[in-house]
This record gives sequence, structure tokens and C-alpha cells, in this order.
Amino acid sequence: MSTIALRGRAAFGLRHRVNPGLRQPLAVIGAVIAVAWVLIAIFAPLIAPANPLAQTFTPSMAPSWQHLFGTDELGRDVLSRVIYGARVTLPIGILIVLFAAAIGGSVGAIAGYFRGPIDGAFMRSADLVFAFPPIILAMVVAAVLGRSLQNAAIAIVIVAWPSYARVMRGLVLTVGDSEYVQSARLLGASARRALLRDVLPNVAGPILVLMTLDLATAILLLSGLSFLGLGAQPPQPEWGSMVADGTQYFQWWWMGTFPGLAIFTVVLAFNFLGDSLRDVFDPRTGLRHNETA
Amino acid sequence: MSGAPAAFPLSAARLRRLARPGSFLRFVLRRLLALVLLLLGITFVAFVLTELVPSNAAATNLGEQAAGDPAAVKAFEEHYGLDKPFPIRYLIYLKHLLHGDLGQSSLTHNAVTHDLGQFIPATAELALYSIFFAAIVGVTFGVIAGLRRNRPVDHGLRVVSLAGISMPTFWIALVALYVGFYRLGWFPGGQRLSPGTNPPPTVTGLYTVDALLEGNWSLFTQAFHHLLLPALVLAAFNVSLLTRFTRSAVLEVVGNDYVRAARAKGMPERVVVVRYILRGALPSVVTVLGLVFANVLTGAVLVENIFSWPGIGQYAFQAAVNLDVPAIAGVSMFVAVVYVTVNFIVDVLYGVIDPRIRVT
Repeated sequence: MSTIALRGRAAFGLRHRVNPGLRQPLAVIGAVIAVAWVLIAIFAPLIAPANPLAQTFTPSMAPSWQHLFGTDELGRDVLSRVIYGARVTLPIGILIVLFAAAIGGSVGAIAGYFRGPIDGAFMRSADLVFAFPPIILAMVVAAVLGRSLQNAAIAIVIVAWPSYARVMRGLVLTVGDSEYVQSARLLGASARRALLRDVLPNVAGPILVLMTLDLATAILLLSGLSFLGLGAQPPQPEWGSMVADGTQYFQWWWMGTFPGLAIFTVVLAFNFLGDSLRDVFDPRTGLRHNETA
Repeated sequence: MSGAPAAFPLSAARLRRLARPGSFLRFVLRRLLALVLLLLGITFVAFVLTELVPSNAAATNLGEQAAGDPAAVKAFEEHYGLDKPFPIRYLIYLKHLLHGDLGQSSLTHNAVTHDLGQFIPATAELALYSIFFAAIVGVTFGVIAGLRRNRPVDHGLRVVSLAGISMPTFWIALVALYVGFYRLGWFPGGQRLSPGTNPPPTVTGLYTVDALLEGNWSLFTQAFHHLLLPALVLAAFNVSLLTRFTRSAVLEVVGNDYVRAARAKGMPERVVVVRYILRGALPSVVTVLGLVFANVLTGAVLVENIFSWPGIGQYAFQAAVNLDVPAIAGVSMFVAVVYVTVNFIVDVLYGVIDPRIRVT
């Protein structure tokens, strides 16, 4: 029994109700910050004052007009590293969510549409992933696969897909019973066609909300793994590992504070967006991800 | 012969009545069955994990000298069934588990169960205080937000709680340590006690409790002082979660007739809020406990790392980065078992509160 707040409002497509939501101030703030970070990531070489890897400056200088965020213990410009960090975190975070949604969504759709033993087998394996707190499982998987950013991302996909499977299954169960899907099948549409053409458009909204909120979670997890040394490896400018460097030299507060602020603002932006979007799709608003195992 | 079954309190008819669809017993039994299957699944995952990791188990466990001795290696392999096929190895693994044998950590060279016994109380103490702080603040915030729905306070608390779930725990920990320890010097810089201090005699393993049991007040304040900062950092995420849950629970209750009746009777607002609204709202807040617990464990891995807190999060981290397979399997199994058990209890509690759940 996965009581997911999004589940009951299956019938709302994307088109109808997005606009009023975007008028919410939080959604606007979230969108502005998110777009700003995407632009920073794209134009990093133009914006960054220095090469993020070049150890050319005096080490561990406090913030000044020359180095707004100071320099780190190896004499690299922290601002430039934070800017280039967006190029690591954003694309990988988005990829993680896309993969998790594709895998979990397919599993959930198949389970919900065909029901029976397939449903049982798929959802029990999802339950099994839910049985472990995300970071423990992700940490172990990342460590076993070997320390790299790519393996950390794979580990997060492994812990993230089941929530999509649950939501998708619930949605497909409700939508699949509806008359228009039944009549499409009666008219001779294949299961695949019915799923893609009739079911998918109706579940897109709630899945989109989940993906937005999940992007925030994925970025937090990714930076957490990197913080633990299981993600990005030096000298790559990644925010989580920069905060980890900051804990080594914490009398130089700027080394950890600024990359942490970067994570915070990005995650906040997606939480603002996702939360506002959820209000649009589900007025009853709850915060129930994996409430039960 | 004929009298005995009637005298037995659980007659067949009574059992049938208790187990009818929608009954509480049936609900609990079904959840229990699911729990057992899940636990088996967890042991299987842990087992597969130990199989996947490339390592020479005998060499890492026995140490170099013993590994050179063929007899010792053979004995080790037989004990853990390493010479048997996969399904048999799993059964042997289960047998060891049932006997409380989680193997030996290749890092500490202790039995994993011994290590867990050492590290669990530290995390448990941290987690308990953290959940306590989070509950007080989160429920208060949630009630305020719910009572002032759509007013500025409500919007403000929404932003605050979204900010709370957006801040990386390890970063809050770093900032808290920098300000509270390095700059202001108000808090110690980590560990459970100051260096050179002897811990209280072990009863529960929770230093604050044990110190009180010993009657050692100064030790209690010292232990409390040490855990205050990490517990508060760990609470941040859950404050947000509880605020939001309490808010929606309060909104469900606040319009009810009995609340209006209480106000109409002229009861003071304080009494209405505490005795009527909060009492009606709290049970559904309980259901989020599983999630709160998972968050604390997640945070513990990161917070313990920064505060040098010798807990299970540190142990899990050390085990993972050193590929200490028995320790990884043991600690993740322990955590998962506690986690699903908490969720099982929450589930059952939820069934008590809301009978409609029992049918699904």
C-alpha cells in the first residue's frame, strides 16, 4: 500500500492547470534560480574569472575583490570552482532523474497494466530497495562499484527508481480502469499503444512533480556521496567534495561555505518549483514519499 | 474430550471471527507476513553483496600469517561454506545469521555483532535527542502554520521548511561547527566526551542516561553538551518534514464540529489547541515516523563523519570505503531491519488510528 499523495488525481493532464501555478511567487523564484544556474553551467568558461583547476594563486586567501570567494588550499579560485561545479552537478542530477524515471516508470507501468505475478515481482523488488535508507544503500553500491562520479550516479539511480515505479503503478491502475482506455483496447489498440497514447499523457503531471522534487533529492545525495569521497574525485570541481575539503581546513570558512551555498540554492530552487507544481496537481498537498515499506 | 475445545479461549469460531476480512488481527498478520518476506529479502541482498565484492575472504579475515596455513584456510572456508554452490551458501549464511554470527570485520578484526554493539548506542543517543528536538519544534511550527493558514506566518514557515529540506546536512554541520566551536567556542568540536574523560559505567550505552543512573551530574552535562550541536544539525531536516505533516493534519482537524463546539463553550484558545486540535492531529503525524527515522540515519552518516561521532554511520562509512564486506553486510542489514520494523509498527499504528487502511 503506497499512499502517495499524487495518486488520486490521475486525471489531470499537463495542459489544463499549469498556468495558475506559475503565478505563485515561490514557483517564479524557483524557476529564476534554476534557470540562472543552468545559464551559469552553460556559460561557465565565459563567467568564471579563472581556470578552476589552475593552482596559480596564493593558497587559502580570504575572499577579496580579486577572489570573491577566496582561494583554496592549493591556490585555486573558489568562485571559478563553484561556477564550474554547476557543469558537474546539474547534468548528472538531470541524467539521474531521467534514468530513474524511465526505469521506474516503465516498471510501474508494466506492473500496473498487466497486474498479476509481474506486478507482484516488480513491486516486491521496489519494496526491497525501500527497505534500506537511501544513503546507506547508495554508499554501499558506490563503494562496491568503485569510487567515481559515474558509479555514484548509478548508485543513486538504483535507490531512486522505486518511487517512480510506485507512483506510476498507482496512476496506471486508476487510469487503466477508465472507459477510454478500455474502449481503445476494444478497438484493437495494442497494450503498448494504449500505455503510450492513452495512459501516459494522463500520468505525465504527477510524474513531472515527482521528477522535479527528486532532482532536488538526487543532487543532495550526489553531493553527499562526493562529500564522503565516493563520488567526484579530485581535482574535479564538485560542490560536495569541495565542502569536504572545507571540513579539512575549516578555519578557512570560505572553502566550504560557498560550494555548500551553491548546493543549497540549486536544491531549494527545485524544491520551490516541485512544491508549487504539486499544489497545481494536487490541492490536498501532503509530503508522503515512501511512507511505508 | 468434548469439553476441552470450548474451554480453550481461542475456539475455531472465535479465531475465524478475529481473522475475518477487515479485522485488526488479519491486518496485523498480513503485515507481519510481508515483514518476514521483506526481512528474508534483506538478508538475500546482504548475501548477494558479500558475493559480489571481489575479495579474498580468507586472507582478509584470517590475516596474512594464518592465510598461509592451508589448514586454517580450509577450516575458514568450511565454516562459511565457501566451497559450496550458491544456494547452499545462502542457506549457510542464513544459519549463521540465526545464530547471531555476522562474520568478522576485516577492518577491526572483531565480530561484526560486537562492533555493532559498540557503535549502535552512540547513534541511538544522537538519534533520540535529535528526533525529540525535531518533534518539539516541528509540531509547534506545524500547529502555528495550520492555525494561521494562508497568513504571512504560514507562507514564511513554508519557505523555512522548504529551505530546511534543501540544505545539505553535511554543510549545516560544517557551518554549525565553524560558528559554534571555532568562532564562539560555545560547543565542543566533536566526540561524545572531552578527551581524557571516562565514560559512565555501561548500562544502556547512552552516556546521558548512564551518567544520570550513576548520579554523576557533571558527566551528564558534559555528554549533553557534546551531543547538542550534532543532534540539532540532524534535526533540521526533520523539523521541516514534521512542520509540513503537522500543518496538514491540523488543517484536517481544525474545521471539525467538536473544535467549534469547544470554542463555542468559551474554552481558552490554549486548551482548544492542545486538548482538541493537537490531540486530533497528532495520530496522523505518527505515520511519518518511519520517514523521520530514515532521515536521521541518512543524516547520521554525514553528521557523524564531521563530528567524529563514533556511531553506526561512521562504521557504515568506514566499512563501505574499505570494502569491509562482513561489516557492510552486517550494518546495512541491521539498519534495514530496524527501518522496516519501524515502518511495520507505524503501519500497525496507522491501522489502529484509521480502520479503513486495514482493508487495502
